[in-house]
Amino acid sequence: MDLRYSESDERFRAEVRAWLSDAVPKLPPKPGPHDWAARRAWDTTWQRMLHDAGYAGINWPAEFGGRGASPTEHLIFLEECERAGAPYVGVNFVGLLHAGPTLIAEGTAEQKARHLPKILSGEEVWCQGFSEPGAGSDLASLQTRAVLDGDHYVVNGQKIWTSFAHVADFGELLVRTDPDAPKHKGITWLILPMDAPGIEVRPLRTIAGSSEFSEVFFTDVRIPVENRVGNENDGWRVAMVTFSFERGTAFVGELLHSMKLVSSLAELARKIPRGDGTVWDDAGVRRELGHIAAELDGLWHLTKKTITEAERTGVPGVGGSVFKLSYSEVRHKLGDLAMKVLGSSAFAMEDGEAADHVRGWIHAMSISIAAGTSQIQRNIVGERVLGLPKEPS
Amino acid sequence: MNFDLDADERALQAGIRDLCRGVFPMSHVRDLEASGGVRADSWRALVDAGVFNLRRSEADGGAGLAMTAAVIVFEELGRALVPGPLVDTHVTRTRGAPEEILVLHDRQEAMIPYLDVANVVAAMDAEGLWLIRQNEIAAQPVPQPLDPLTPMHRVTSMPQGRKLVDAAESAAIRTEATVLTAAMLVGIASAETDLAVAYAKERKQFGRVIGSFQAVKHICADMLTRAEVARAAVYAAGVHLDGNGDGDTARAVTGAKLLASDAAFANGKACVQVHGGMGFTWEIDAHLYLKRAAVLAASFGSSDEHAETMAASL
Repeated sequence: MDLRYSESDERFRAEVRAWLSDAVPKLPPKPGPHDWAARRAWDTTWQRMLHDAGYAGINWPAEFGGRGASPTEHLIFLEECERAGAPYVGVNFVGLLHAGPTLIAEGTAEQKARHLPKILSGEEVWCQGFSEPGAGSDLASLQTRAVLDGDHYVVNGQKIWTSFAHVADFGELLVRTDPDAPKHKGITWLILPMDAPGIEVRPLRTIAGSSEFSEVFFTDVRIPVENRVGNENDGWRVAMVTFSFERGTAFVGELLHSMKLVSSLAELARKIPRGDGTVWDDAGVRRELGHIAAELDGLWHLTKKTITEAERTGVPGVGGSVFKLSYSEVRHKLGDLAMKVLGSSAFAMEDGEAADHVRGWIHAMSISIAAGTSQIQRNIVGERVLGLPKEPS
Repeated sequence: MNFDLDADERALQAGIRDLCRGVFPMSHVRDLEASGGVRADSWRALVDAGVFNLRRSEADGGAGLAMTAAVIVFEELGRALVPGPLVDTHVTRTRGAPEEILVLHDRQEAMIPYLDVANVVAAMDAEGLWLIRQNEIAAQPVPQPLDPLTPMHRVTSMPQGRKLVDAAESAAIRTEATVLTAAMLVGIASAETDLAVAYAKERKQFGRVIGSFQAVKHICADMLTRAEVARAAVYAAGVHLDGNGDGDTARAVTGAKLLASDAAFANGKACVQVHGGMGFTWEIDAHLYLKRAAVLAASFGSSDEHAETMAASL
């Protein structure tokens, strides 16, 4: 076992670092959190810069316009982006990490040719229409109905938690095409053009105060049959295929950012006065920070283990759910500790460094819910990894 | 970068696992209580397998293997709950101690384990590591040790002894012992997970196996998660000691011990809980894992001490 990077990996790192140090300062100032048109423009500008430099779709296969980087190179790329303070995927999240990989695996030649280049160049923004008010953890119980009418599906229903819906050009849409089949067998995956008549987007305000999520309502929305990905009623499998594309790098940016937050919290604790000294004099605070740092280091090592196992076997191991479960826990600990360290400085959200920690505390609550709650992750680990039987329904 | 066991490492892991299954089934481990945690025949099997000479150079009769190989071996010894001063004997022999059963002892510590079976005690203090013959130490046996497989003595007096290595080398020995103890704790954390999961698949209440209830299943999932994160950290610490790391070695070691101690301790309690009333009986093995975890978690730095060290690195 060797945790050092190879010479070719280090060359790749040097190349990425040099490019980032030149590119990041060229970005215009980041727009405010509520100016969505400007946010889309800013995120897609960055995507265009990545694209022109050959870094778009870093882990996508080269034949589909990606960089074809190995998981290790992908890790290095994310490390360098975090180090350089480069933007993360932003509004390109669904296209780059989910819809694109799904089309690569399951799309027709026409679908690939139409969408993949534009996702990579930042010309096309995607959103995800999976969850519904009645279908959250039990996603397969979704009810949004699509009925075939000639060469179109006619869609009626409602989606929720649709990230970036109000700035997206397309959406990945899961619909019920056979209401009589068992719930996993009657779902179809469609490419949703967001400009189709009958779509209404209502932004949701989250506890973070922001509105990146929306509810989306469908009234007789007509979607051409050629927009179907995979076979009719095979949409559940298509949706699941994407997860096998992910090889242990999904949370790397998050994790590296959390490590920065730990260092920043240690600095704050050494500065914030409490009693006769500072917060740092409190052994409880120091030890909790020590535990959190050890856990994040452990997750960093687990990431490297998952990545190199994936490089050997070609498939993602059990690391994903274990990672997310553990990461969610440690982010909660970090946020809770930050609130303790900050005291009343947490009450003013506009103040720079302190507010980053308050936002981190609120963000932790979404990490243990989004993309499978911690309870669902425990079911996955318990059933698929440990082989415990399902709870009878 | 390659953070995956290679073919040799997997073979080593399989070999030591087979040895433990053959020589140290739980029936034998329990029998060792009667002989102070060590019996000549099964200790001999460890010697013959090269457990103590693993990292000595081939010229010195060792296998010349790396720290990561030792981590793999000690993880399996922990999983099988093999008692005895295994880490102590390994780390000191690697640095020139005599070929005897040896207990590593912090001179400020009142308790000393396995004194009846050890030939030699290696006492650590600020000036280095000192060898003392067992019969030169005055100590009272503890009538009922917490872990029945880790017998304890209270030291009343101990001579200075003969200096084996200086302070720097002694600190290096302590670091290696910390990582290998962490490796044993990871093995214990995994064994506790396996034991709880096996029981959860077999024990029925309300007409179905208890592992189908999320309340129990989620305990098991948390056990696996703690063990897996700790394992990654412990392997990484081994890689750092071999000089193939990607960061601060001291931090990697202290983080590994912290995570491994917490995983084995928490999983030990969870394993008792999953077993319900049976988990509270002497007959079920759950308490043996928990008690060993408690002893090893307090060895080579408590979790509080390691947490302070981690914090100081920030």
